[in-house]
Amino acid sequence: MAYAAGVDVGSTQTKAVIIGEDRRIAARALVETGANVVRAAQHAFDSALAAGDLREEEVEYVVGTGYGRYKVTFGNTQVTEISCHGRGAVHMFPETRTVVDMGGQDTKAIRVSATGEIVDFCMNDKCAAGTGRFLGAAASALDIALDELGATALRGERPVKITTTCTVFAESEVLSWLGKGKKIEDILLGVHQSIAARSAGLLRRVGLDEQVTFTGGVARNPAMVQTLEERLGLRLNVSEESHFMGALGAALFALDHVLASRAPAAAAAR
Amino acid sequence: MMTYTAGIDSGSTYTKVVIADVAGNIKGYALEPTGFRLNAVADAALGRALAESGLAREELGYIVATGFGRYQVEFADVQVTDLTAAARGANHFFPGTRTILDVGGQTMKAIRIGAKAKVESFRLNDKCAAGTGAFLEKTARYMGYSTGEIGPLVATSKESVPISGVCAVFAESEVINQLSQGSAPADIMQGAIVSLVGRSVQLMKRVRMEPEFTLVGGILRFERMIDVVRHELASEVNVPPGELVQFTAALGAALLGQRRLQRLHEQELPASA
Repeated sequence: MAYAAGVDVGSTQTKAVIIGEDRRIAARALVETGANVVRAAQHAFDSALAAGDLREEEVEYVVGTGYGRYKVTFGNTQVTEISCHGRGAVHMFPETRTVVDMGGQDTKAIRVSATGEIVDFCMNDKCAAGTGRFLGAAASALDIALDELGATALRGERPVKITTTCTVFAESEVLSWLGKGKKIEDILLGVHQSIAARSAGLLRRVGLDEQVTFTGGVARNPAMVQTLEERLGLRLNVSEESHFMGALGAALFALDHVLASRAPAAAAAR
Repeated sequence: MMTYTAGIDSGSTYTKVVIADVAGNIKGYALEPTGFRLNAVADAALGRALAESGLAREELGYIVATGFGRYQVEFADVQVTDLTAAARGANHFFPGTRTILDVGGQTMKAIRIGAKAKVESFRLNDKCAAGTGAFLEKTARYMGYSTGEIGPLVATSKESVPISGVCAVFAESEVINQLSQGSAPADIMQGAIVSLVGRSVQLMKRVRMEPEFTLVGGILRFERMIDVVRHELASEVNVPPGELVQFTAALGAALLGQRRLQRLHEQELPASA
């Protein structure tokens, strides 16, 4: 069996996915990006190979994506993360028409066609407001681990209204709410609602069409899923593999290449 | 005689108090970090300013609050906007002032004023940290320097490293990249100042600035910031002396208090005569 791989070098984490000809995920791995982006890409790919008990030669084509896609030195080509998230989301949820991708440093809204092609997109990458960084700032201000944020926020009953836009100012606003005796749960629920409101604005700019699939690392946060669903008034598709969606899309593009290059060769052999 | 007035500027980062006499002279001033208990901090700062001036609280005829926290200052007699207060204060120091640039910890304002310190046009940014002093503080912190060290650090800069200044959060990766490429922290700091001043000039253009220019606010304590503004505007700029640059709005509030006090006396005089 032939394999293809996608490596998604994100600002915070690097993800690698290896798929077989059947388009199923054969192996995957996730590592922290850190300062050495080239090494992170190689490390993620090697870890995925090890996890799938595969040899590098068995992977015929590698596509790099994410902000560090040109640092995937062993990759055969690069595809933007917008195309990859669209492709991955439509693969997982074929009815997807809108994708919201929330990562460590940016949030993207992507509208896709029935075949997974990009119709339009909009992104928030100039300003940290409404991105995963906003959650990171709240987590550090309140001294809570990132993966506990969602569960804590869901215990909130009376969310505070976060009025600041900027992540830097939100950090002091969070502390001022704490100083006013508000519960951490209620503050965090307010923080999630404020990010949901900004993301919803981004989604409306590309046109909101059902079904909506939520991808990226932040999609694993249950409070972010819930507040965004409440804000949009609809259910979101969320996969267990949401943070691998970009890498999966890249792997699907890689497999296209493998199959396309094989077709004429097979025809010639006959 | 209750002829003294106090101006309290409850800012996002610091609370500043100035006590003025009837002739507009500064009798005392003090500053406290604002924190979250705005009224208590304003009270403490007023206490310190009074102690410095050797006056008793009973000698204050009028207390005027300004700044974002002005409605939290429960003991103030009246509130005025920070624009009016900054305009009055800048006009006191430099009567020829037509445009004021006020850069604080969490706000940046450009104000165009008329001959009698009347506000004619203003623009402000309090939504995005990249256009405020918080940008410099964050940049310093990413490199391991405190706010107090910004001035001495940047004074040693020889050239400016380009810093985009679009977002104070994303500046972190920019700063780390620059450090790993061997740029000096002082030059990165200078780059952050250049980028902040770029935003200031944009804001000033939007109020259709006219000379004379007067710079006020806590961030103008940094000599380099003043140099860069002077360079970018290609014009001389007025800067209130020493620490007072940070107390301009508080002084303006105290002076507006003097005017109210005078009016009160004028109304009372005929009645008592």
